[in-house]
Amino acid sequence: MAAIRKLLIANRGEIACRVMATAREMGIKTVAVYSDADQDARHVRLADEAVRLGPGAASESYLKVENVIAAALSTGADAIHPGYGFLSENAGFADAIEDAGLIFVGPPADAIRAMGSKSASKSLMEKAGVPLVPGYHGSKQDTKTLSTVAEDIGFPVLVKASAGGGGKGMRVVRKKADLKDAIEGAKREAQSSFGDPKLMIEKYLAKARHVEVQVFGDTHGNYVHLFERDCSLQRRHQKVIEEAPAPGMTEKLRQAMGEAAVNAARAVDYVGAGTVEFLLSGRDFYFIEMNTRLQVEHPVTEAITGQDLVRWQLLVASGGELPVKQDDLSISGHAFEARLYAEDPDKGYLPQTGTLSHLKFADTPGVRIDTGIEEGDSVSVHYDPMIAKIIVHGADRDDALSKLQAALSKTHIAGIETNLDFLLGVSSDETFVKAKVDTGWLDRMKPPSLGWRRVTPADETSLAIAALAVINERGVAAQARAARSGDPHSPWFRTDGWRLIDRGHQDVFLRDIIDDEPLLVTAKARAGHCYDLIVGEERVAGQVLDDGGVIIDGVRMNVDVAHTGDRLTVFHDDGRCVFLLFDPADVSADEVDSGGDLTAPMPGKVTHVHVKAGAKVKRGESLLVLEAMKMEHTIAAPADGTVTELRCKAGEQVEDGVPLVIFEPA
Amino acid sequence: MSVIRSSIDTKGKTFLENTTAVEGLLDDLAEKLARIKEGGGKTARDKHEARGKLPVRERIRNLIDPGAPFLELSQFAAYGVYEDDVPAAGIITGIGPVEGVECMIVANDATVKGGTYYPLTVKKHLRAQEVARENNLPCIYLVDSGGAFLPRQDEVFPDKEHFGRIFFNQANMSAAGIPQIAVVMGSCTAGGAYVPAMCDESIIVDGQGTIFLGGPPLVKAATGEEVSAEDLGGAQVHSKISGVTDHIARDDLHALQLARQAIRNLNRVKKPNIEIRNPVDPLYDPSELAGIAPVDLRKPFDVREVIARIVDGSEFDEFKKLYGESLVTGFARIHGYPVGIVANNGILFSESALKGAHFIELCAQRGIPLVFLQNISGFMVGKKYEQGGIAKDGAKMVTAVACANVPKFTVVIGGSFGAGNYSMCGRAYSPRFMWLWPNARISVMGGEQAANVLATVREDGMKARGKKWSKKDKKEFMDPILTQYEHQGHPYYASARLWDDGIIDPSDTRTVLGLGLSAALNAPIEKTTFGVFRM
Repeated sequence: MAAIRKLLIANRGEIACRVMATAREMGIKTVAVYSDADQDARHVRLADEAVRLGPGAASESYLKVENVIAAALSTGADAIHPGYGFLSENAGFADAIEDAGLIFVGPPADAIRAMGSKSASKSLMEKAGVPLVPGYHGSKQDTKTLSTVAEDIGFPVLVKASAGGGGKGMRVVRKKADLKDAIEGAKREAQSSFGDPKLMIEKYLAKARHVEVQVFGDTHGNYVHLFERDCSLQRRHQKVIEEAPAPGMTEKLRQAMGEAAVNAARAVDYVGAGTVEFLLSGRDFYFIEMNTRLQVEHPVTEAITGQDLVRWQLLVASGGELPVKQDDLSISGHAFEARLYAEDPDKGYLPQTGTLSHLKFADTPGVRIDTGIEEGDSVSVHYDPMIAKIIVHGADRDDALSKLQAALSKTHIAGIETNLDFLLGVSSDETFVKAKVDTGWLDRMKPPSLGWRRVTPADETSLAIAALAVINERGVAAQARAARSGDPHSPWFRTDGWRLIDRGHQDVFLRDIIDDEPLLVTAKARAGHCYDLIVGEERVAGQVLDDGGVIIDGVRMNVDVAHTGDRLTVFHDDGRCVFLLFDPADVSADEVDSGGDLTAPMPGKVTHVHVKAGAKVKRGESLLVLEAMKMEHTIAAPADGTVTELRCKAGEQVEDGVPLVIFEPA
Repeated sequence: MSVIRSSIDTKGKTFLENTTAVEGLLDDLAEKLARIKEGGGKTARDKHEARGKLPVRERIRNLIDPGAPFLELSQFAAYGVYEDDVPAAGIITGIGPVEGVECMIVANDATVKGGTYYPLTVKKHLRAQEVARENNLPCIYLVDSGGAFLPRQDEVFPDKEHFGRIFFNQANMSAAGIPQIAVVMGSCTAGGAYVPAMCDESIIVDGQGTIFLGGPPLVKAATGEEVSAEDLGGAQVHSKISGVTDHIARDDLHALQLARQAIRNLNRVKKPNIEIRNPVDPLYDPSELAGIAPVDLRKPFDVREVIARIVDGSEFDEFKKLYGESLVTGFARIHGYPVGIVANNGILFSESALKGAHFIELCAQRGIPLVFLQNISGFMVGKKYEQGGIAKDGAKMVTAVACANVPKFTVVIGGSFGAGNYSMCGRAYSPRFMWLWPNARISVMGGEQAANVLATVREDGMKARGKKWSKKDKKEFMDPILTQYEHQGHPYYASARLWDDGIIDPSDTRTVLGLGLSAALNAPIEKTTFGVFRM
């Protein structure tokens, strides 16, 4: 087979960027595809060429097989990498690519099809000797048969509707005595919910872990596995933090799972990268499914094996042999991957959209950031709201975990709600630290509360840093104004509050977001961007350096401050302080015009009176109507308040300037 | 360009002595200023603030752009002039940028005698308006004043340069397209009522500001009508009924925001007709000027050492360097603006005066602003010089100075005596701004010369009558003259009477000149037509 010279990546976001990185390293040209929502996205900027697929909706763009193939043909790409998600496990797509004479960087379409069906894949695996969760999917549905089967499997068992889903008709049965009632109840529920009383029985695996094995095959019949990953930390079946190797894994079990995984792959003549997912309960493991693509969490495997899986994919897709044999592979250290999402864990992980006005990642050894987003980019409604994958590699689990925590705490984001605090909270939780997590752990926990939040109350240093940032911005703004003016170097654009034989000062008004407490920082200028910052009785000496650092009371610090709208975020070691900027002089003019009596604007007749004396009214509420000059004039409440007295009644003729209503603002 | 090489020994005795002396003067200055800035004292200030009103300098600070400079004028106005203490003459004036537009701000200090106008208050107000008019600066009046100080009505009311001139100026500046904005933050009584009424746009603080031609007591006396101040001329009345004010504000801060809004809507563009470059700091530290400023005015020093600490990169292209050497002239830049510098380096001779006149002509021709550094004891006297026509040569320089239409700036860095004051653009020659160093002295001649002249005249008279004058008697005659000249020649005395725009720290000279130059560029630099030069 011919080597790949130009690769189209039929994906977006971090995975598109990640694939391109390896392609570029291998001297392969890259073609990006994009939707309208992504026309300025990082993956588009990184690629050698980029082709528009369609509107923002994935169904109109990234999922349009014919558009993707047309893009490949028009750019002369000879291969297509599907990434994960979108068309990556679409056998029709793989077929179409082959029909177009291009290379699909992925498994044969038949393998995708074989693993695509849950029931068919399970029977295939059974034949291949891959362990499945013990269970009964048979047609005999009498209570006696089902009871016998359940006893054979061993308690606890799960009784559930064959046609079911969503937990309806599902019962966990822990002892024999409860079995009969459970079967009958489940049947009734299955009948009413799905119109089919058919049940299946499976072993109930309480507190199981999700452990998956990375496998690789080539077109020459070679297979290897690249050890396991533990993805037990999940919320609602979505992986949160993955790690490799799995904690507590024995060499024996690893070998057994690895062999099972390779067998599974071989059973479907698998080629390329695939993942065989197992549930691990004690020392027993059971096949769940096989993912016929590169997984989101592949970097942890790369970290501990020192291999580049995308490079392997491209080698294999070009017809090459796997670069190593099983015996050449070994595990080095421990790796974690945390998935950073634009989502609000406090609101049921509700996806967030908006602009990442501030985005800084940890820049320390052992940390790898895979991202498709840069500062200033936005997260749209159209796709998965992932911001980045933060991957760390350490000598052992403890080392890697502390690197993960450090990397997360050095990640600074503003402008959009994310699960960053949640990730740090989880990664610091004792259960996770001690590797006692199972797939249901997170969901069993109380809803993640503000306890995860790392927003801290204002401290003196953070307040000083915030004030310096505001002062510095004023200087920058003045310089920008100067540059636009006809007198660009005018000393009038100074912002150090210069005064004759005196030191000027300026005020910064902030509110601490935690308690909404207004805070006034008075900054007295000294020479050289140096200020005495006065907060109440406290006095701090602060200075802004040209490189953005600050000196606070003689200590030089590298600080990171984000200013988004009226919100100022000061990042520090233990989290961040969030301040709201406000202007005490900011009043709407209407607010002032609110007192006294409401008088007739001209002579006329009162036609309607809508309120009684003593009525509490809202601003803008109609109090009465005056008819004059053939026009109706509404007298409305100038503010929220009380009508203390009515000086007119309906039908009355009034002169201009006569008080009609005595009004007292609230 | 040629760079001035400083030869000052910053460890030398003279330098250190000067530094100590000037720092002493600056300490005294700062101390007196701190007291002046207390305004009308603690009781008055507490009362003012208890009514929710901001102190006058806080009002100004909140009016101008955050962190922006404020170039205050005549801080020493009325210092020691009246029996009463009237700090800063009860009115703060100065230039500050509002929404990026340099504005003249005129703000009453109600804590000083209720913000009433003493004669020097009027003079300071009119001087501020003059600066605004000359430099085309929008005016913002922060009004909080009881009007004329009645006991001195004869000194503030009727004359040309008295109270009425304020409104004359407002009308004529408005006519010239110089915006007039008033913020009524307290009383505006009688004549004061015309300040907002004569403005292009006016703002009033609800519950604080009042405007009326006659206050409630006068109304009662005149017509018997009883009315509260608020009903007579409060914010609601003027914003809803009379239309005297255009905007109503919740409080001082809000009012100042509305004033900023008014400036924002002026649609003004500053278009300097001058070639501006990137500013460069001087090679030598301006703070060294304290060691150069001569406290003993008899001691000569090279004025180039001063220039080196004021101009960009200490670069100075001298003109006619070898001719009339007691006057130093040349081109330089301050904060990127081109300037022609005229600086004394000794007594003026015919040649120096001719050189000065020539150089001023050059600058006027080229539209280059002039900076005068005054340290002059006067023109040379004596038979030889009078016969050589020093009077007509001096007259040429005075003509050139008087007629030059480019912005002129004068800094008195030492003595300013006699006709030297005139030829070096003293107050009478309308420099845009005139500042004094704290070591400066201004008088018709030095105290010693004056005492000697007067003593000689008297002694001659006595001799004629055949009387003798003992040395002791002569000393007793001369001492009070020396004391008088020392007192009246002092910067505090001068500044109190508004013979200048203020006393500055020598190290601020560059900054102050830069601010002044930039402010001056709001008005186009005009062509000059000179008068007849007597040849």
